[in-house]
Amino acid sequence: MDTKIATDRLRLSFGKTEVLKSITIKVHRNTITGFMGPSGSGKSTLISVINRMIDFENNVRIEGDATIDGTSILDGSINPIELRRRVGTVFAVPIPLPRSIFENIAYGPRLKGTSDRTTLHHLVEDSLKKAFLWDEVKDRLGTSALKLSGGQQQRLCLARTLALKPEIILLDEPCSGLDPISTAKIEDALSELKSEYTIILVSNNTKQIARISDFSAFFYLGELIEYDTTEKVFTAPAETKTEDYIQGKFG
Amino acid sequence: MIDRTVLKEHLVKWVLVAFALSSLLFLFLIFIFILAEGLPLFLKVGVNKIIFGMKWAPTKGYFGIFPMIISSFLVTIGALIIGAPLGLSCAIYLSEYAGKRTKMLLKPAIELLAGIPSVVFGFLGVIYIVPLVRSYLGGSGFSLISTSLVLGVMILPTIISISFDALVSVPRTYREGSAAMGATKWQTIYKVIIPSAKSGILASFILGMGRAIGETMAVIMIAGNALKIPTSILDPLRTLTGNIALELAYATGDHRLGLFSTGVVLMVIIMILNYVANFGIKRKIAK
Repeated sequence: MDTKIATDRLRLSFGKTEVLKSITIKVHRNTITGFMGPSGSGKSTLISVINRMIDFENNVRIEGDATIDGTSILDGSINPIELRRRVGTVFAVPIPLPRSIFENIAYGPRLKGTSDRTTLHHLVEDSLKKAFLWDEVKDRLGTSALKLSGGQQQRLCLARTLALKPEIILLDEPCSGLDPISTAKIEDALSELKSEYTIILVSNNTKQIARISDFSAFFYLGELIEYDTTEKVFTAPAETKTEDYIQGKFG
Repeated sequence: MIDRTVLKEHLVKWVLVAFALSSLLFLFLIFIFILAEGLPLFLKVGVNKIIFGMKWAPTKGYFGIFPMIISSFLVTIGALIIGAPLGLSCAIYLSEYAGKRTKMLLKPAIELLAGIPSVVFGFLGVIYIVPLVRSYLGGSGFSLISTSLVLGVMILPTIISISFDALVSVPRTYREGSAAMGATKWQTIYKVIIPSAKSGILASFILGMGRAIGETMAVIMIAGNALKIPTSILDPLRTLTGNIALELAYATGDHRLGLFSTGVVLMVIIMILNYVANFGIKRKIAK
């Protein structure tokens, strides 16, 4: 299988606390890879290395390497702003900008310099359709995005990310605050999207990872304990820790 | 028998309530006092003849303060033209770019600027700004532009501190959300942070206006105090506050009442500005 994202002995510490302990992982192209593990396991931190949002934290030390398509993304010559246009992120708490639905989605493309109304309209419609939100909002694209429900806001954030035409989509516990119906809609959308994108889904919800991911990684206290196909991890885990976590014995 | 500690608690509470209410009482008294002194002349001469009257000759029965109303607005707008961009830029720098040490240096400096007495600003204006305007732009130097310059600097602390609070209170998540979509820092600032902080920034401008329109000492020192509507930025002018301060010492009878009428107009303008500013701040909180 083709590798899209890889880390090589990646270590990361905040001050004296080591949060990632020598992580080596290869994430395959056009798959959904689930990152699971109890809080504090380092999965979200790993995500923030891949989109370089880690730059916003103070006191960070990183060793080892992380690559996308074989090119290091920790290299000084990489422009993090360019990188974030290739690596879209959906956060745990949906954060629509205090603007209209349309403007929220057109925001990213506009930043890249797209200003043509027709192009933007197509892009907005297309992104909303892919995020399974179009039918619910097509008549009120001009209203404030803050008026949408939580589930709709999260799909809006997904649509907003899609409008950037990224190669990779990172989702950091996107369904943690959502009801089952909204969760199902996001999952449906993700399953359709993986043919075009490489998706990493961070989730505390092991059932969700089992349902939609192709590969699963289990993190514990900053270490990658197990990484294999989802089927293998969930039916015959190699590590007892993984098994205990999946069965809900801790976490 | 009543417990003495309970009694003491009640006593302390009621004394504090009384002191707290006294500020309200003072406000109320000022209000009543100015209205009681200022309104009779409005009834006697007529609201129109005072507010829209062009001629101020109180000893001859002319109480027109229209030129002063216009002048007050002109210096205020002038001050805003100078103070708003400077103050907002400073607030953006402080909230988004400045490091901890720069912030620790700049914030006390700005607070100190707020504490400088207005007579000192007026003094500096007379010594430096007025001669500079006179030699480079012409006129006497005592002018709309000199006054606006000095007031523009005087309202900086108000604009900076309130805009800064508004910018800082924009949730971190907005910044991250914007950055995650590939926005540069400046793009995030002008497309997300400034629009989110808009009502607070507007409130800072309005409170700055309130400060400029109410300023007296610096203004009478620099404005030239002429009794007409200025036709150029180099013309001298007299503001509502200046009018009261200049003439109260020797005014008697209707003349004195005329000055109170000026005060009534000033008070109404400031109340409207404060109301608008509060409205802006409340909207920010509601969001």
